[in-house]
Amino acid sequence: MDMPFDAHGIREAVATRRLSATDICRGVLDRIAALDPALNAFRTIAADSALARAAEIDARHDRENLPLLGVPVALKDNLCTKGISTTASSRILEGYRPPYSATVVRRLEDAGAVIIGKTNCDEFAMGSSTENSAFGPTRNPWATDRTPGGSSGGSAAAVAARMVPLALGSDTGGSIRQPAALCGVVGYKPSYGRVSRYGLLAFASSLDQIGPLATSVRDATLVMSVIAGHDPCDSTSANVPVPDFQEALTDTTDLRGVRIGVPRHLFREGVDDEVMAAYDAAIEVTRERGADIVEVVLEHSPEAIPVYYVIATAEASANLARYDGVRYGFRAEASALGEMYDRSRGKGFGLEVKRRIILGTYVLSAGYYDAYYRKAQQVRTLIRRDYDRAFASVDVIAMPTSPTSAFALGERTEDPVQMYLSDVFTVGVNLAGLPAASVPCGLTRTRLPIGLQFTGRTMDDATVLRVAGAYERATTWSKEVPPQAKNEPSRTL
Amino acid sequence: MSDTFSRGDVERVARLARLELSAEEKDLFARQLAGILAYAEQIQRVPTEGVEPTSHAGDAAAMRDDVVCPSLPREESLASAPEADPRAGLFKVPRVLA
Repeated sequence: MDMPFDAHGIREAVATRRLSATDICRGVLDRIAALDPALNAFRTIAADSALARAAEIDARHDRENLPLLGVPVALKDNLCTKGISTTASSRILEGYRPPYSATVVRRLEDAGAVIIGKTNCDEFAMGSSTENSAFGPTRNPWATDRTPGGSSGGSAAAVAARMVPLALGSDTGGSIRQPAALCGVVGYKPSYGRVSRYGLLAFASSLDQIGPLATSVRDATLVMSVIAGHDPCDSTSANVPVPDFQEALTDTTDLRGVRIGVPRHLFREGVDDEVMAAYDAAIEVTRERGADIVEVVLEHSPEAIPVYYVIATAEASANLARYDGVRYGFRAEASALGEMYDRSRGKGFGLEVKRRIILGTYVLSAGYYDAYYRKAQQVRTLIRRDYDRAFASVDVIAMPTSPTSAFALGERTEDPVQMYLSDVFTVGVNLAGLPAASVPCGLTRTRLPIGLQFTGRTMDDATVLRVAGAYERATTWSKEVPPQAKNEPSRTL
Repeated sequence: MSDTFSRGDVERVARLARLELSAEEKDLFARQLAGILAYAEQIQRVPTEGVEPTSHAGDAAAMRDDVVCPSLPREESLASAPEADPRAGLFKVPRVLA
């Protein structure tokens, strides 16, 4: 019997008992065993606990209302899972098994999901290529000599290769959307405060959000309906009603009455020709479906990258102070306490994390705070105001998700600034706290995916999902599957 | 502002961050951070007089009632530690003075 590869299909198959949750779980584990050695998308495969959980679901009688009944989900390795290794791809947390699960993990489990394992990422989510993992890079299923993007590269590759129908990632400056774009899947970064961060290993607390990666906007929306909502354990989670996101999706491709903003002044340089052509074609599709295309200006967006790297590293230097060899994780040999701190951190953290701790500590240090950190916070205000102004005349803003398609492994590791520029179209969204989706919008001549990003007003996640869903249905790009997903066995049970 | 970043700067900041770095890392970071800071200089060109800084994208963090809630049992918290004395309920660390 054919195994469905999307969350809706799996739920339907399990609900009607056409397949059991155990069948699905075994099928997924077989695919991971066959495909992952070439990709390294997974850090941990929790086969035993997943099969036990699937058996539990198969024995349940109150199954009808579980929105993720029997659906396997992979989690980025910076999300705490009780009893399952959680390292954020860092040596400093090697062997750590958290005593509690993140709120999003509990919500997924309450909805009937089966946690399959943990996915590789850049160490502490710091990077744009998943090459900063202490446990080796993940490879792009479309071309294994290329990166999947990052930092949620393992989650994106796992979904792209159809190893799992769903994964969660985290997005601080583009870490869900950019790998989704580079791997040809859907990635969604919710409005800041929409999803609880409790149990997410913090990188930059004013920017981090957890969100889904999926093979369709419909599946991503299903996950949002499960994980969104106020959580008393996260004081920054918004205590506002959650609209019915699934209700907001329509079955049509109709975009009449939707005003789409196009900030063409940002595309003058640094954007690949093929990415630009795919973007222009995508805008044309939305126009044909009735959208009004409106030119908008985001005046301070060119400064978004330096603002982001000052603010994110400053927050990271504070958040990562907790890894000191005392309460969890790695401890280096030392004869005195201070030496133990210095050495544990020096040996436990990788190069990019240390680089960012140094930069973040510097911009917060006496004499530099006003010139860098406070200045960056002021420009952040201007970036927010630009978006507010644009959203007075449009409902969503469309941009390429990434200025290039997937780059080669090793291509950008020597030059940090070059790597940081991968995020030029994504970081502004985090600085302003806005919701944004990346959906597939094309393939290059060498068949590498290209992503289209829709950004909306804060807390207007529903409009972003609706527009992204309508665009997706108007095209066939989401149905393209990488060669790595086709070659291997286990497509049927 | 500084368009150079010396090895001494790296050492000073590394002390603040409690981070042991190798000689190679110090040289590498001095070079790379000079480049990153030169790039970050472009924000200095933006006029920001009178602009309020944004520290957070959402609303100000909500206050909650000061009520004691259940938290992790002590033994579970100690279970992940490199070294602990579960009976005393304490984390163990090397002596403070060498």
